[in-house]
Amino acid sequence: MNRLGAIAFACTIVLALVLPQFLKGYGIFLLSMWAVLSVAALGLNLTLGYAGQVSLAQGAFVGIGAYTAALLMQAGWPYPAAFVCSALLCFGVGWILGYPALRVQHHYLAFVTLAFNTLVFLVLRNEEWLTHGTYGISGVMRPVLLGWSTGKPLAYYYFSLGMMALVAAALWWMLRSPWGRAFVALRENPIRALSLGLDTRRYTLMAFAIGSSLGGISGALYAPLVQFIEPNSFALALSFNLLLMVIVGGSGYFFGPFLGALIAVLLPEWLRVTEGYYLLAYAAAVMLMMAFFPYGLFGMVERALRAMRLKRVPPAPTLKAERTRP
Amino acid sequence: MASFIQLLVSGLATGAIYALIAVGFTLLWQTSQTINFAQGEFVMLPAFFVLAAMNFGAPFWLAALIAIALSIAILGVVFKLIIVDPMLKHGVLPLVISTIALSLFLKEGAKDFYSSQAQPFPALVPAIDLHVFGAVVSMQSLVVLAVAIITVVGLHLLLNQTRLGRMMQATAQNATLARILGIPVRRMVLYTFLINGVLVAIASILISPIYLAKFTNGETLGIAAFLAAIIGGFNQVRGAILGGIILGVLDNLSAAYVSSQYRAAFPLIILIVVILWRPQGLLGRVEERTV
Repeated sequence: MNRLGAIAFACTIVLALVLPQFLKGYGIFLLSMWAVLSVAALGLNLTLGYAGQVSLAQGAFVGIGAYTAALLMQAGWPYPAAFVCSALLCFGVGWILGYPALRVQHHYLAFVTLAFNTLVFLVLRNEEWLTHGTYGISGVMRPVLLGWSTGKPLAYYYFSLGMMALVAAALWWMLRSPWGRAFVALRENPIRALSLGLDTRRYTLMAFAIGSSLGGISGALYAPLVQFIEPNSFALALSFNLLLMVIVGGSGYFFGPFLGALIAVLLPEWLRVTEGYYLLAYAAAVMLMMAFFPYGLFGMVERALRAMRLKRVPPAPTLKAERTRP
Repeated sequence: MASFIQLLVSGLATGAIYALIAVGFTLLWQTSQTINFAQGEFVMLPAFFVLAAMNFGAPFWLAALIAIALSIAILGVVFKLIIVDPMLKHGVLPLVISTIALSLFLKEGAKDFYSSQAQPFPALVPAIDLHVFGAVVSMQSLVVLAVAIITVVGLHLLLNQTRLGRMMQATAQNATLARILGIPVRRMVLYTFLINGVLVAIASILISPIYLAKFTNGETLGIAAFLAAIIGGFNQVRGAILGGIILGVLDNLSAAYVSSQYRAAFPLIILIVVILWRPQGLLGRVEERTV
């Protein structure tokens, strides 16, 4: 498995670096969108997949991040400063959104976060003095970093890919630190985690704050990519879509969100052959995927590999009690 | 004062429809842990069944009965067999995604195969206005309120006064124990899906003369049903009724007296307050946690 995984990993990196050279404008745009949305999906995977806190508000954080970055850049701030502000603001707001999670769980939490997402959308739409309402903000500039202009589609793609890699590396490191273990403990059994002396309160808030700040980073990358932002892009549909990416890829698997985001970005494009019926086909495809891979694609692969390994090495006869141990 | 009474009555009428939708929603949750994100689209669709039946020449009353039957068959039985049953054992989240996709599927289906335009829908009663204490109250609101109340009372009697209803309640409270007591749990769960089919069809026939039959109708109705269910109490039928009525009245009053731009925000703020102050909902029971 490990060797197989390493080969797949290397192939993906080479493909991500080389493939865009052969693509035209729209293909590069789609891949950039994949990189940008992957960052948000990584954040949601931390909140949902590792820490077990259901959130339907990740789209709102992408929105907050995108608007913060766009407005600060219009006010003349350099991009890196606006970028950091987006991440910090979403960290703070995410921390506050974590408080309801201390009181309620599961479906209740899903609805609180859903309500939060709609509230953010209403603010973006109605507060015209700040956000220009439904007119949105157009002409968001792509930054020039250390003399390197990211104005061209290909350049911006490599920039977003690099940021995605940085975020992924930081997350990878964090998940292997005691923090990551604490998040998983929170998901598996919060009461037992508490009784083992884990500060579940702090880690719940942290899971929300860090996941949300990744949403903000994604938004700060999203605004210069599309160069025009408006409230409707950050309505509930985006949050549902991000949740779809995490679940389809495999929630709680590190590489799940990348695969999920790729499918969520490319599937509608592939289904364009069905013309007017493509949303219908998309909905049907999602239902089929959920019916056949309820644990996501990575969960599916892991189960298949485990089954193969069990077949290869027949289990030694054991006591019944031992075999039924989970 | 006159305008207040007007707003109150139309709010009660809307709230009664929300309550019907929310009751179906909580029934599914109680018996099978299904959070149906397509509930709004379930309400949107039967109106199109009515219109389609009327296109074939059926009179309105027959078309309404056909719509209720189709709703029971498709939104009750087929939904349970094809979508809910295979996925229930994998936990709540895959099913949530699947019902979100289903809502998109139904919405696009109604748009692609019927019409993307809002369709006029026959009114239940002629448009007569009644004058009460100087306020103008439409006959339609009163009929909506009456039908909704009759439906809820009927459901209440079914659940509390019949053997079948008691068996369904036992299933909702503790499926394992119910099975030990010899209750056919699987059939009881199916019945709640059928009841949900009836409730959404009635709600659809009541609300479509007001909103017109349009494929996007489900978006607001679905959210309203969630909010009503949570505000009132997720695990109580009467909680869902209370939540629906609070929501309908509040929506009308706040749009008139506070801010129409943020009218969608008031129910959400109430939701957050209720969840923080009384997470089980106004009338809900506390669900115990296991270690």
